[in-house]
Amino acid sequence: MSRQRSARSAALGLTVRRIPTTIPSRGGGPLRRRLVVGLLVLASLVLISLSFRADGSGPLSGVESAGATALRPFAVGFERVAQPFRDVYGWADSLLSARSEAEELRAEVRELRQREIQSAFALQENVYLRRLLDYADGPRFPADFDPVVAEVIGRPAGAFTQAIVVAAGSKSGVRVNDSVVTADGLVGVVTRVTSGTARVQLLTDEEAAASAIDIRTGATGIVRHARGTRETLVLDRVRKQDVVRAGNEVVTAGWRAGSLSSLYPKGIPIGKVTSVGQTDTDLWQQVQVDPYVDFGSLDAVLVLVPTERRR
Amino acid sequence: MTAAAWLRGSAVVFVAALLQVVIVSSLVVAGGAPDLLLVVVVVLALLRGSIPGAVLGFIGGVVVDLVTLGTLGVTSLILTLAGFWAGRYGETTGRDRRFAPVIAVGTITVLAGAFGYVLHYLLDEEVVAAHALVTALAPAFVWNILLALPIHALVRAIVGEGERVELAPEVEVLAG
Repeated sequence: MSRQRSARSAALGLTVRRIPTTIPSRGGGPLRRRLVVGLLVLASLVLISLSFRADGSGPLSGVESAGATALRPFAVGFERVAQPFRDVYGWADSLLSARSEAEELRAEVRELRQREIQSAFALQENVYLRRLLDYADGPRFPADFDPVVAEVIGRPAGAFTQAIVVAAGSKSGVRVNDSVVTADGLVGVVTRVTSGTARVQLLTDEEAAASAIDIRTGATGIVRHARGTRETLVLDRVRKQDVVRAGNEVVTAGWRAGSLSSLYPKGIPIGKVTSVGQTDTDLWQQVQVDPYVDFGSLDAVLVLVPTERRR
Repeated sequence: MTAAAWLRGSAVVFVAALLQVVIVSSLVVAGGAPDLLLVVVVVLALLRGSIPGAVLGFIGGVVVDLVTLGTLGVTSLILTLAGFWAGRYGETTGRDRRFAPVIAVGTITVLAGAFGYVLHYLLDEEVVAAHALVTALAPAFVWNILLALPIHALVRAIVGEGERVELAPEVEVLAG
């Protein structure tokens, strides 16, 4: 084609000149490009396979643990820097969501404006931690467990998991399947542990569930996340003959059958029943539960470590 | 891409990954949060090309998976492909288009959401499609679109753009 054009240009006596314009040249050769992306995809797939099969042991777990430990100071540092911004965000968010309490919020805004910002943040943190400590020292705290106070340092991105990462790990005695609570109630369960951090699956995760009991009527069921909502729970598997009413308090059942026992200790508050419904075709009642814990604003939590493990 | 540019790019991705995990993920508005790391990877790929995009996406994904103790490789795979695709778009049809960052970020947000859903489904993790693909993805899409141009300007100021050395295929015909 170009040869034809050259011949035609020569025949017509025309001069052809390349225009030295510039355009980006960042892609590298096609082969190199495919090779790099192919290797990266392969590396990702290998990591997924190894990580998925590791189950807490093997060489990759060591690498993961070392990596998480190395990154932990950065995460903690970012958390400290980000805390005031998150508090400001939480404050603004609560303003938007609480229109009905406009007068109270205006008073709160006036009050907050008068305070010096740093002292306000410190005060909030103190109050939160004091509540945790009061709870840990109080009669409501489950017997046979020691509290490990852990700061929340990360929240996995995306809509696929409901989990947090806390700054306490196996060095503090934390193990997989340890329960996690706040002064308000049940938060979730530890699903992965490194030496200095642990991942906590929240009760609002699709895969989380806890056996629970209505403390007023004794009706039992399984608390799990209500599909299609963000932070609503349902008390599932409640028999139709059991009486459950709106306003009743739901706590963990903490069952034991031989050598098997529930992950969660008995009597940890979960939430309050907001509605009860049933249809003729359903085998169970439909009980909605509003959790006591605000899963979106967790700053610190208590990991329940069995006392016998610490001896 | 020079060693200094790689270093700056890696630093930007590292900071974005930590910011994403520590603070941005919790900024939930209308059911979804922005994906700062995805936006940064896409913008870096547009500015520096497909290979840096893929490599920096991989690095960012590994950091996120390590910090959150998630299944290692999942985020890397998503961000590697996102970076590569954005880089190719920047090298071809998106070249010199003013709104290329917005178009690339918007498209890749949707594709990454769908791919992430499929990936988690394949890994036997329970994910509700309506939540992952609508309730959370729609606000994340809006957030990411809003962030695209400011982040593009910021990252370009830090990392700069790729070299421009290739000759164009056009010719000029001079009569006589």
